[in-house]
Amino acid sequence: MFIITVPAGFPSPGEDYVEGPLDLNRYLVHHPAATFFVRVSGDSMVGAGIYPNDLLIVDRAITPTTGHIVIAVVNGDLTIKRLDISHGKVSLLPENPAYLPIHIDPAMSFDVWGVVTKAIHFLT
Amino acid sequence: MSRLIALVDSNNFYVSCERVFNPKLEGRPVIVLSSNDGCAVARSNEAKALGIKMGTPAFQMRDLIEKHQIQIFSSNYALYGDLSNRVMQTLQNFTPEVEVYSIDEAFVGLTGEVSDHALSIMRTTVKRWTGIPVSIGLAPTKTLAKIANRIAKRGEGTYILRDPDQVLENLPVGEVWGIGRQSTKKLTAYGITTALKLKQADLAWIKRQMGIVGVRIVKELRGTSCLPLELIPQPRKSCCVSRSFGHPVTDLEDLREAIATHTARAAHKLRRDNLSASLLAVFIATNRFNADLPYYRNSGTVGLSAPTNHTITLTKAALKALGPLYRVGDHYQKAGVWLTELTPAHEIQQDLFINHKSCEKGRKLMEVMDALNSQFGAGTVRCAAQGFEQSWRTKAEMRSPRYTTRWDELLIVP
Repeated sequence: MFIITVPAGFPSPGEDYVEGPLDLNRYLVHHPAATFFVRVSGDSMVGAGIYPNDLLIVDRAITPTTGHIVIAVVNGDLTIKRLDISHGKVSLLPENPAYLPIHIDPAMSFDVWGVVTKAIHFLT
Repeated sequence: MSRLIALVDSNNFYVSCERVFNPKLEGRPVIVLSSNDGCAVARSNEAKALGIKMGTPAFQMRDLIEKHQIQIFSSNYALYGDLSNRVMQTLQNFTPEVEVYSIDEAFVGLTGEVSDHALSIMRTTVKRWTGIPVSIGLAPTKTLAKIANRIAKRGEGTYILRDPDQVLENLPVGEVWGIGRQSTKKLTAYGITTALKLKQADLAWIKRQMGIVGVRIVKELRGTSCLPLELIPQPRKSCCVSRSFGHPVTDLEDLREAIATHTARAAHKLRRDNLSASLLAVFIATNRFNADLPYYRNSGTVGLSAPTNHTITLTKAALKALGPLYRVGDHYQKAGVWLTELTPAHEIQQDLFINHKSCEKGRKLMEVMDALNSQFGAGTVRCAAQGFEQSWRTKAEMRSPRYTTRWDELLIVP
């Protein structure tokens, strides 16, 4: 960071307050090595404020728990849903009445790919 | 406190990178091809089980690919490079002592009592954060860590080499890190067939037979560390860019375009590392394996009047070197550029005959060119000599999206 020195006259009142420019990466990404950006194509989570073509920030360093919105892998397919773990059962809940919840049974292959921490919605 | 070295090695790295973004590939045979889609450079365990060897030409695998529904990918180096960085960064959360040994391997220095549990936390963290499965072998030296890693890979994913002799007794001497084919022949002739026998060999005799390198290997097998961690990357000694063509090239104009393109890439690498080159070599080659046509390979070298990393200066030199190598009628398969005698770019000796004003102008031009290419994609601004159609370019027809480096190629989730 360079601080411009004023050679003579009145010292710059701002000099003591020089800060870096706002960096969205540092604000939105807490674990750079574990953070991935993905694009949404479906509308099953519109109730949670996630719309088609939104950009999601996914942090794989976070341990997924009930209530997290996650990217899950069910039988090899990726999906975004809200994670619900209750009474030892795992469910993936959509936030759009047009979709049904997915209840994970032991015969299915299931994994949480990452926890969605932010959705960036483009207005134009 | 004892000091130990862990070798962290990614399993089938390129294949694992593809699987992170394509979970359907899990459990299925997968092959990644070399940069011109020529041969296999990475195989999943399932593909290995089908008998596919490293370097198998793509055309020889066609039947197997169809029969077993093998998934094939062109190399996606942008993706592999990014995920490699993420693995290394994740390891640095555990200790700053990380030596990046290759794109998929790192030596990690650890002190004190290290438990199996600690290694398994390291392993699951890398998998969790980056999606890449790794194996970790722990031992007192790099050479022993390599051996521990082999055992880790076949078993639980982590392994601490507590009783080396038992392991070394069952390890053929040729499998020891650093023992090449020639040394294996020599050692075997003297009855040294296993790693344990090498460990017990007489040091003076080893020194006569294999020099200081051999002595180091033996000492490392005995548990004395002779190869320290290189935590600061060594400055590169040379820079080579070469590619195979998508199809045989006969035209001088195509060769000139390829050489100009490789030179631009090499020059960019030098500027990125703040280096300049004094010597440039160009080589071209026909297909060694084509029995119907004669094999021809030739190279030419040009000394540069002053060290430089300027694309236009280097391109002129490269095209001058190419001229006499070209023969009408040959079917060229590969071309490359090699820059060497590298010096730090700011340490260049003053030369009376150089016009410093034009040097400064050239440096600024390169700065602008690099900035534009980094913002709008490689090759946006280039020398006309590189051509525009680039019909000689390599195929990469089955490359997956560059999920982590391109906004328009992100993973799409329904």
